[in-house]
Amino acid sequence: MHRTKVTIVEEALDANNTIARANRDDFDRAGVRVVNLMSAPGAGKTTLLEATLVALHGVRAGVLEGDVQGSLDADRIAHLHVPVVQLNTGSGFGGECHLDANMVRSALPALPLEELDLLIVENVGNLVCPAEFRIGEDARVMISSVTEGEDKPLKYPLMFRACELVVVNKIDLLAHLDYDLELFLHHLDTVHPGVPRMLVSAKTGEGVEGFAAWLREIAAREAVPA
Amino acid sequence: MHELSVASAIVDTAVRHADGRPVSVVSVRVGALRQVVPDSLSFYFEIVARDGLCEGARLELVAVALALRCRECETEWEPEFPEFRCPGCDGASVEIMTGEELEVDYIEVEEEAACIAQR
Repeated sequence: MHRTKVTIVEEALDANNTIARANRDDFDRAGVRVVNLMSAPGAGKTTLLEATLVALHGVRAGVLEGDVQGSLDADRIAHLHVPVVQLNTGSGFGGECHLDANMVRSALPALPLEELDLLIVENVGNLVCPAEFRIGEDARVMISSVTEGEDKPLKYPLMFRACELVVVNKIDLLAHLDYDLELFLHHLDTVHPGVPRMLVSAKTGEGVEGFAAWLREIAAREAVPA
Repeated sequence: MHELSVASAIVDTAVRHADGRPVSVVSVRVGALRQVVPDSLSFYFEIVARDGLCEGARLELVAVALALRCRECETEWEPEFPEFRCPGCDGASVEIMTGEELEVDYIEVEEEAACIAQR
């Protein structure tokens, strides 16, 4: 026997990226822009989504819900009469902790893409894994709530870098917490200098219009090659 | 837990390039910015590799440091911690030179001596 070295030099996640590009091509053909919402569990993604969908006047939006288990989130969105598909990742080793391009691809036939301007994908709540997997989206939004503490950008730099917008949620609780918003923004600026940020409360509605306007602007964009 | 997906992707890539030959080593470059837990990745690699060309192969993980470059003043630095603001000019426009890799660099495969002789 003889050992031979074979040089490869290939991104391990190339296969995912290839499928993500195929998703993006399909989205472009259908004229739908896609936003990937990521956060820790309990940051308020679904509540923010509920508040925002109501404020998205004139934009035909659809939602893809990613969860390990169940359809609780999709049921909430369905009440708003918005097309919604639930994607469960709970097969194999106790359930995948993120959506990948292939999972999103499997859900596309269930969505009326041609009738949508904007597809919002609510990723599985997790501060690590979703950042590693592109799904064919136009933009990624990271939602961080003030109950999570100021140190999260320093602990999960990849997630806070893998986004085009950071939304700070639950600001209605600021008065009741020791949370130092300035310190959080300083940490955010350390790992992702200059990233656009918004302060919102999905509960009181403060700042929600700003987020809706940001999404409207994405929805109105022309397709740009991925 | 995404180490399972990453391990599968690594095994798939290695098998694709092995051309039917048994794989003994898979070398992967892992950048400092990738949140991959080495022990977890090795654990899943062994499981995913079973019953295929990578069965029993050694997974070699090579750490790649984070190296940044300021687009404004061209300062280059290797931060210990992900500090992305330029220490030279405080600029925010920073290019990542290394540290984002999750790259199957090479594999080593076993060849029959006879195959070599035929070449």
